[in-house]
Amino acid sequence: MINLSEFNQNMIQNILHVYVSWTRYLLFFIMAFYTYLNFRYFSVDEPGKKKICGRQIRLMLLLHLLAYSVLCLNTLDPAVAAFYGLQAAFFLCFIYVYRAFYPQASRLLVNNMCMLLCISFIMLARLNYERAVRQFIIAAVSAAFSFIVPAIIDRARFLRRLAWLYGSLGLLLLGAVCAAGSRSFGAQLSLDVGSFSVQPSEFVKILYVFFIAAMLSRSTEFKHLVLTSAAAALHVLILVLSKDLGSALIFFLAYLFMLYAASSDLRWLGAGLLSGGLAAAAAYRLFSHVQNRVLAWRDPWSDIDNRGYQITQSLFAIGTGSWFGLGLYEGMPWKIPVVEKDFIFAAISEEMGALFALCVLLICLGCFLQFVLIAGQIKDLFYKLIAFGLGTVYIVQVFLTVGGVIKFIPSTGVTLPFVSYGGSSVLSTFILFGVIQGLYLKTRETAGETE
Amino acid sequence: MRRLWMQFKKKDAFRDAPAGRQNADRSMLRLTYLVVAVFAVMIFYEGWFLTVRREDTINNSYNARLDGFAERVVRGKIVAGDGTVLAETLIGEDGGEIRSYPYGSLFAHVVGYSTMGRTGLEDLAHFYLLSSHVNPIDHTLRELMGEKNMGDTVVTTLDPALQQTASDALGDRRGAVVVMEPDTGRVLAMVSKPGFDPNTLADDWNSLISPDNTSGQLLNRAAQGLYPPGSTFKTVILLEYIREHPEDYNNFQFECDGCYEEGDYSIRCYHGNAHGTQDLKEAFANSCNGAFAYLGSRLDAEKLAVTAKQLLFNSDIPVALPYAGSAYVMEEGAGLWEKLQTSIGQGRTQITPLHNALLAAAVANGGTLMKPYFIDHIENVGGDRIRSFQPSVYGSLMTAGEAAVLTEMMTEVVESGTASAVKSGLYTAAAKTGSAEFESGRDTHAWFIGFAPAETPELAVSVIVEEGGSGGAAAAPIARKIFDTYFSR
Repeated sequence: MINLSEFNQNMIQNILHVYVSWTRYLLFFIMAFYTYLNFRYFSVDEPGKKKICGRQIRLMLLLHLLAYSVLCLNTLDPAVAAFYGLQAAFFLCFIYVYRAFYPQASRLLVNNMCMLLCISFIMLARLNYERAVRQFIIAAVSAAFSFIVPAIIDRARFLRRLAWLYGSLGLLLLGAVCAAGSRSFGAQLSLDVGSFSVQPSEFVKILYVFFIAAMLSRSTEFKHLVLTSAAAALHVLILVLSKDLGSALIFFLAYLFMLYAASSDLRWLGAGLLSGGLAAAAAYRLFSHVQNRVLAWRDPWSDIDNRGYQITQSLFAIGTGSWFGLGLYEGMPWKIPVVEKDFIFAAISEEMGALFALCVLLICLGCFLQFVLIAGQIKDLFYKLIAFGLGTVYIVQVFLTVGGVIKFIPSTGVTLPFVSYGGSSVLSTFILFGVIQGLYLKTRETAGETE
Repeated sequence: MRRLWMQFKKKDAFRDAPAGRQNADRSMLRLTYLVVAVFAVMIFYEGWFLTVRREDTINNSYNARLDGFAERVVRGKIVAGDGTVLAETLIGEDGGEIRSYPYGSLFAHVVGYSTMGRTGLEDLAHFYLLSSHVNPIDHTLRELMGEKNMGDTVVTTLDPALQQTASDALGDRRGAVVVMEPDTGRVLAMVSKPGFDPNTLADDWNSLISPDNTSGQLLNRAAQGLYPPGSTFKTVILLEYIREHPEDYNNFQFECDGCYEEGDYSIRCYHGNAHGTQDLKEAFANSCNGAFAYLGSRLDAEKLAVTAKQLLFNSDIPVALPYAGSAYVMEEGAGLWEKLQTSIGQGRTQITPLHNALLAAAVANGGTLMKPYFIDHIENVGGDRIRSFQPSVYGSLMTAGEAAVLTEMMTEVVESGTASAVKSGLYTAAAKTGSAEFESGRDTHAWFIGFAPAETPELAVSVIVEEGGSGGAAAAPIARKIFDTYFSR
């Protein structure tokens, strides 16, 4: 005799499996269309841009709904459905409140912020529901907090005079982490403040860009450059001593890029690259954890149990997921250590597909191009360098995390902005995008309504 | 994308900005190009990984995701080149699955098992066996019904007739046989004795792995058994001698009285046979220990080590199955005794039957080693080809000229020397035998390596019979049966 309830149970399971395996194609097509619009945006006129942004919002909400339908069906937990409702309300609020307060702000960037957060909420809820809720709360608070950032950037006239405040505050914070920071995965990254663990390097990144921009916009004479370079090198050195190699690389490249932009002198770029290469060689010889990361990258298979475990699990995830992914809940992303943070890209690739993950990468690249475009429109060198410097900071971080996850470069343990789990990362990225929006507002004011 | 940049440049050009700012924009644009280029390379790399490296990467026992596939896919079949089923999953009335091996122990090592862990092709092809390429509509319908889809079929290069012949010829003796095509690298047979029955593995497991069990049935002797190469190593010594004496190796002469003495040491020929006056070809054909101890101990030890390395001793061999690494360990400043011993394949040198087969195959193929492989292609349950595997070159182990000289010498071994057992009217064979001492008081391991036809080789064979006695008497007849089976088709 057939047990009817058991039969129904199985049938639901089967239908769900089929539903999941087909929605992944749909998710990809929505994502691909969204990404296409992201680039299409640049070649249409102003009303067209508005239309494109509206379409992007609808696509993002559709993707969000579709993915959460899978999550709800899998967990059969009403809390997940309620959580979905909150997120959707948050996105709509964020988009429309932003539009109300900053009608001139870049809607494309607002959309991309929401899209990246949306992917984060989907993936984190699938991986670890509690962390997803935490991430959501942090995102909501950060969004509210960073709301005034564009206004400050737009209005404040004294920002360029505070160079040494940015520099000394940044160095102080980094020094504090280095001296007292708790150890996490062989690197000293965080400071405990009450019940929160804060990663100052995430915020110092922004201070640092302001510092370099203020210094370089003042003068590019040799003496002044030496001073600026020394201060920048000190930042990098402290980070290396804290074993935060990812951040050290980000700071280093951000300085080089800004220096070249300000001086247009290839000799400086060459000298910077040379000294960076020498420093990297020295770090490789001095620090065993640098060697470990490089060895784990060159041949993870010979030490698959220890050093190579994380990267090989990541490659299994990406490879098994292949182009279209296994579907949400059909893979084993939890096999990858720290999957919610540094290796979230592998989890996305495994369950939603490599093509979907590459779309995420292209959206990040699109944000960077938007940053550069904004930098190009700014007349004031100080603000120009800030826009370009923050763009560099952002895109180098994306490159380091994704490159590390797919074994293109050694893993450096940095997060994917907006997507990875982590309060400091989310808040600092909100601030970063806020600053860019503020700069964008500036260009719109000076350029009038021509844009 | 292009328009994006057009826009960027246009803005730049039409604005009457101060020169410094224009420079800054140009520098930023250059760096942006750089970033976009780096991302393009990274995306290209990811694409390369997913198209080229994907399958080899994820087919790994550390990848637990594949085991999840088994919940939705019935493990596919492993079949021989002619379609003979070597392993299949039977589904009982109650839906239970049993992995069945119709030939019992015959293919036990090479096909392997998937019940108590995984070995052999069951491990190598794990990913393919659990991938299902039935058409998407069937696939979806079955999943809706809660039925599993059939996994793909792995079509091997194995030849059941040759496998059977080799196994029968070896009989109850311990040993191993490897048969492959020199010009493609296709492995046609791989036998290891004693074997086990993979159908009853779970029941037999405890006795198989018990410390009291000294038979080592689970060991794939063909790939993992290390033996002293005995006189088959004279092929290596011969190659090195030709390399060091390219002009006058034919002038070599040695007077054999059955026991060669040098210093305090003496090297005896097999059963103390006195071979009389021997030139190089005769010494090789008769496997004269005295002559090879004499000429081998006078070789340049460093160069010999290089040649051994070239012939894949102390190196990885290009085989996907687990194997033991062959060792050549004559150190710098080795004493005379070690040099004499190494020259006749005793010493501390060790080799697997598979590696010896690769050496024979390389000689047969004009010095070029083809990578041995076991999987011809993958097809779905309906027989549509999903993926084919092509022969690929590993590299050159010796020049074509050197291979030709070795072939000539090895042909003489069959014509007038120790491998006369494979002398046939059907084909001309080239071979070398060996009788490797491994423990005093016990009979020697019998070796045979060779190929046929000598002119246009189609088959390379490596045989070892543990404690079988002389290679010519115990191992060569097994090769003979394999050649006869193949060439009488």
